[in-house]
Amino acid sequence: MKYDLNDSSPVVIIGSGAGGGTLANELCQKGVKVVLLEAGERQSTKKFVNDEWASFTQLAWLDNRSTSGGWQVSKDFPNLPAWICKTVGGSTAHWAGASLRIRDYEFKALSTYGKVEGANLLDWPITLKELEPYYAKAESKMGVTRTNGIPGLPGNNNFKVMYEGAKKLGYKDCHTGRMAINSRPRDGRGSCQQLGFCFQGCKMGAKWSTLYTEIPAAEATGNLDLRTGSHVMKVHHSKDGKVDGVLYTDSEGNTQLQKARVVCIAGNSIESPRLLLNSASGLFSDGLANSSGQVGKNYMRHMTGSVYATFDKPVHMWRGTTMAGIITDESKHDPSRGFVGGYEMETLSLGLPFMAAFLEPGSWGEDFTEAMDNYKNMAGMWLVGEDMPQESNRITLHPTDKDQYGLPVPNVHFDDHKNDIAMREHAYQQGTKVYEASGAKKVYRTPPYPSTHNLGTCRMSAKPEDGVCNKYGQTHDIENLFISDGSQFTTGAAENPTLTIVSLAIRQAEYIAKQLSSKAI
Amino acid sequence: MIKTKQSRRQFVKSSVSVLTGTIVATSGMLSMMAPSRSWALNLDALSSTDGESILVAAKTIFPHKDLDDAIYALLVKDLDGAAKGSGEVKKLLTDGVVDLDKRAGGSWLEVSKEKQHAIIKEIAGSDFFEKIRGTGIVSLYNNDMAWAHFGYEGSSFDKGGYFNRGFQDLDWLPDPLPEDSPAKM
Ligand SMILES: Cc1cc2nc3c(=O)[nH]c(=O)nc-3n(C[C@H](O)[C@H](O)[C@H](O)COP(=O)(O)OP(=O)(O)OC[C@H]3O[C@@H](n4cnc5c(N)ncnc54)[C@H](O)[C@@H]3O)c2cc1C
Ligand code: SF4
Repeated sequence: MKYDLNDSSPVVIIGSGAGGGTLANELCQKGVKVVLLEAGERQSTKKFVNDEWASFTQLAWLDNRSTSGGWQVSKDFPNLPAWICKTVGGSTAHWAGASLRIRDYEFKALSTYGKVEGANLLDWPITLKELEPYYAKAESKMGVTRTNGIPGLPGNNNFKVMYEGAKKLGYKDCHTGRMAINSRPRDGRGSCQQLGFCFQGCKMGAKWSTLYTEIPAAEATGNLDLRTGSHVMKVHHSKDGKVDGVLYTDSEGNTQLQKARVVCIAGNSIESPRLLLNSASGLFSDGLANSSGQVGKNYMRHMTGSVYATFDKPVHMWRGTTMAGIITDESKHDPSRGFVGGYEMETLSLGLPFMAAFLEPGSWGEDFTEAMDNYKNMAGMWLVGEDMPQESNRITLHPTDKDQYGLPVPNVHFDDHKNDIAMREHAYQQGTKVYEASGAKKVYRTPPYPSTHNLGTCRMSAKPEDGVCNKYGQTHDIENLFISDGSQFTTGAAENPTLTIVSLAIRQAEYIAKQLSSKAI
Repeated sequence: MIKTKQSRRQFVKSSVSVLTGTIVATSGMLSMMAPSRSWALNLDALSSTDGESILVAAKTIFPHKDLDDAIYALLVKDLDGAAKGSGEVKKLLTDGVVDLDKRAGGSWLEVSKEKQHAIIKEIAGSDFFEKIRGTGIVSLYNNDMAWAHFGYEGSSFDKGGYFNRGFQDLDWLPDPLPEDSPAKM
């Protein structure tokens, strides 16, 4: 389907990842016309490559970004604050598939944890109960294992090592996880063949990605106009303060203006606020939807870190699913541990090329080579927990540096909160204990990778002064402008975010369709 | 082919003779890929002495037990390529080698391993050091020879994944309970 640039009836969605891709399909299924603008190119399971650096070049967002603040990533990867994608399907090309619901108490962070100094905590304007039906729809859509009668995946060697340590340590809840990866054929897609390249785009199509689920389903309705290689630079508005179109550079490098009835932004939590800030105008001098001043603030990236351990005997951790299992026992609010909120422990493996780059950035000499010499005998896990929203952790426009379109590049400023530091220390200790219990020779604490979970920069709030959008992702200031990705998160919770992003998109589609038919927007 | 100065050190000698560009492209067993005693650095921008000096610096920064010199040579090749593309990089590298020689009191290549280690420690963090280290992180570990050496198996799709090729073959720990890790289907 092709819509005219001057057709002002479509909903324009920016970004085709977890949020945008899902929203596009849900709207198209309801008969809504959608223009989906995606900066990246369209790849396929055929074109994905089982090669870490080559795949990174194929899929990752590599436009220049800058960083500041005390976080380790700013030192190790000053121009790569985030590890996310620029491609049709967005970061669902890279993602590992872990699909966890946010817990009840996590939706009520402020009421549960109380005021935490330096943290800008808030309760979500939505509860688990309200989101449950949408979680159920999302789990069914994505084929999440251990839901809907779908069996868990078989655990690989890396999981065996973690499991043994978990049991010895007395952890109760360790299994192969809830994964949006087919353990048996489903939804026209095959089952996981344990390739071990989940981060490189699943060549089996066993792992859910909007690239080969939502987007073709939306195309089949005849309502979708997907334009690839189309980078949105600005959102335009009319004199009465409603958005009415978007300015973008098309795949040929020409500037185009697409008219719109509704605009939904789903560019992931760095690009979404950047776009709002870059769209500043006479009427909205601080950027669109920014009367609260919260656009770009409260940037969260999860408390993360990894523990790798070497053993006397081979593990071959790269064989099979990258995230092969989970320990959930530490995912609870228990302030006696010295911090609020909780964290998950999930197996992770990196191939040799990425291990060299990420194990301990900047390190050299025998400590480093000894670890690499033992690569075959290595097991690994990723630690992911709730980090504190802080106003000063934020996306701003760089004062001088410009991107290829002449727009200011985003600067990502981040400092760990003391709660994040205390939690990371605890998680490192527990991860170490797990591997020591299963016989580790040596344990390595790997610092955070560039952010894979980027959240919170246009957060939802009950009151307009506390955040950017309401519980449907509709911006408080502009009724036909929506936030449709992880930027909406009020707080980060300990759980991997994508299932929640998808659930919110399903719910938002329902809301937008109703608003359209009642002519409210 | 650049003629290189002979050195008393065995590993440097081994980098002297014939390195063809083909080792990068070849795949298969390590032995087939790197006939390690019969190659030399074929450099475009750097002199062979500079190449050798950098190779030894790379081995000091990444002191793997028995990683073949042919793999370190890939790093030197990549730096040579960068030097070819940028006068600035070339200057950084050649000045860096001059500095190594100066710190060695004459010839960096001729001093003991211990002395070389001490010198690298002195320059750790410098632009020259970081150029070698940063390039090495990719060059040394992103090639078939290194994968064979470290036991990493690379691409698996073409071999049908690991579903029937050992993703659960670890036998030195008990198997998890089936409810936690269901049998494969
Ligand atoms: C290696 C890795 C592993 C992960 N594993 C997990 C996991 O196991 N579980 C989990 O829950 N999450 C995981 N994630 C996170 C998950 O991928 C993200 O949470 C999710 O994809 C975010 O969805 P999104 O819609 O916000 O953004 P994305 O999916 O990143 O999509 C944003 C899209 O917008 C496009 N875009 C941005 N700006 C513009 C613009 N101006 N114009 C046009 N297009 C634009 C981008 O090109 C991109 O395609 C992982 C991420 C990575 C990188
Ligand atoms: S391990 Fe499974 S999910 Fe991961 S890439 Fe392979 S087939 Fe896909």
